[in-house]
Amino acid sequence: MKALRDTRHMTVRHLMALWRQPWWIAVSLIQPVIWLLLFGALFKAVTDIPGFGSDNYIQFLAPGVVVMTAFFGAGWAGMPVIEDIDRGVIDRFLVSPVKRGSLISGRLASWALTTTIQSLIIVVLALIVGATFSNSVLGVVVLCVEAVLVGAAFGCLSIGLALLIRKEETLIAAVQFLVLPLSFMSVTFMQKDLMPGWMQTVSDFNPLNWAVEAGRDAVTAGPDWGAIAGKTGLLVAFLGLCAWFATRAFRTYQRAV
Amino acid sequence: MGDTNAIEAVDLRKSYGEEVQALDGLTFSVPAGTVFGLLGPNGAGKSTTVKILTTLAHPDGGSAQVAGHDILSEAPRVRESIGVVSQAGGLDREATGRENLRLQGQVFGMGGRELERRIDELLEQFRLADAGKRLVREYSGGMQRRLDVAQGLVHRPKVLFLDEPTTGLDPEVRAEMWDEIARLAGAGLTVLLTTHYLEEADQLAAQLAIVDKGKVVAEGSPDALKRELRGDAIHIELGTETAPEAAVREALARVDGLDEIIFDDRVLHARAEDGARTVPAVLAALDGADLEVAAVTVARPSLDDVYLRFAGRTFGEAESDEKPRRNDEEKEAVR
Repeated sequence: MKALRDTRHMTVRHLMALWRQPWWIAVSLIQPVIWLLLFGALFKAVTDIPGFGSDNYIQFLAPGVVVMTAFFGAGWAGMPVIEDIDRGVIDRFLVSPVKRGSLISGRLASWALTTTIQSLIIVVLALIVGATFSNSVLGVVVLCVEAVLVGAAFGCLSIGLALLIRKEETLIAAVQFLVLPLSFMSVTFMQKDLMPGWMQTVSDFNPLNWAVEAGRDAVTAGPDWGAIAGKTGLLVAFLGLCAWFATRAFRTYQRAV
Repeated sequence: MGDTNAIEAVDLRKSYGEEVQALDGLTFSVPAGTVFGLLGPNGAGKSTTVKILTTLAHPDGGSAQVAGHDILSEAPRVRESIGVVSQAGGLDREATGRENLRLQGQVFGMGGRELERRIDELLEQFRLADAGKRLVREYSGGMQRRLDVAQGLVHRPKVLFLDEPTTGLDPEVRAEMWDEIARLAGAGLTVLLTTHYLEEADQLAAQLAIVDKGKVVAEGSPDALKRELRGDAIHIELGTETAPEAAVREALARVDGLDEIIFDDRVLHARAEDGARTVPAVLAALDGADLEVAAVTVARPSLDDVYLRFAGRTFGEAESDEKPRRNDEEKEAVR
């Protein structure tokens, strides 16, 4: 299958670039460490709020940070695409027999791999600072899957936006506009029952929230696997939608050349 | 028509938005196994032509065949037959030279030892054998350009597109690049070269089409084009700021053997069967009309003259017309 072969070749390209800048993984871990250690310590007392339901905030926060880190990182997936456009790399591939989809899937595949590694590192850090993860390996695997799914979806969105706007500054603004509001309108930092009513409603439609809820449930004792499967299904559908958007953006880009 | 032409472009049209008419009925054909030059100033439509012929952009009208395949209905077949070296190059700077060539080969379905052998061969040919394992980011401009061309050749294309291959290179490096391109032509490859350097087209292209404002204004071999302009080119720069064109023309009407007079902004371009003998008469005529002369040049016909004849303006003017902003900056700098 040419599509698979091309995806593999593109994945190797991106992994090699990453391999040459291993410090990048360390840099991308600074933010989750800050969330985990500083934010976690600062808001330690929220567990005292009646109805919070958990007595260890780090425990509560850690799965959210895993998903959010993947989500934040994915927002920037479009940046190297703009660089590729500027350097003529995209055009060079478009005049070759390469399968168009592999230009997106190759990025996503290499990105999924690094996200998984990142997620596992955060899990280990969280364990060190006192969180516990139930449901052993399966729970952590499901957590990583949710992180990769929501990241892949927003990665497609970012790549699609990059192809449409083709300017780094504009992409940065667009990503900023999306990332923080979606993070706050989710259960990443706060128990759902304690959120304002309208936020609760919004969070039901927030893909990031689906991923955090499913991921957190998967590493909590007595998970509702049915609900997890449902949210995972929603995420897969959302990923499909975003992937469709990215391929459409590719066509629009080519028409503008 | 047909079998012997590697590229057939018929009445290509393309506009960007309502304002920019990039191609306005461009027609030309390239015989297989030759180097064909598309010569024109920046903005003449050369890159748009390359984008359309390489299936990157869609024409609004017209049709074209490349390597025997229709660019619209058989785009995938076209892509398999061509190598493209765009102006931007398209190299991954964070990868090594070898990795760039490898990926290019892989997307064309090559692999294994055959591909590695081909890469060795190309690195050798383009004097990059020692640099193959280094990141492209560390390459000099000339090395990057050579790798660009090597990258376009990995899969042994039938037709190679070189879009402004020497723009931005030092004169020395440019001369080296010309040698490389001349060598490719010897190997039976069809090369479509776009350039805004008259000298480059003169040196490399067996046939060329002069493009202006999205149209072919003249076509032929560089020598034939120059031969068409019988006689010498005379350029006269007038000393007075405001020389009335009518007065100048009237003065020159009395000079025998002077042809094709074009007057733009203090500079007169004309042709004469025998330049050396005509110049004194021209000077006398101008002097008689009280028109001061600042400088006179007589030259054998060049491609610049060919361009002037067919496009009605000098090449340099056309270039600055198409780049008004840069022109302003230059004026700014002069002040």
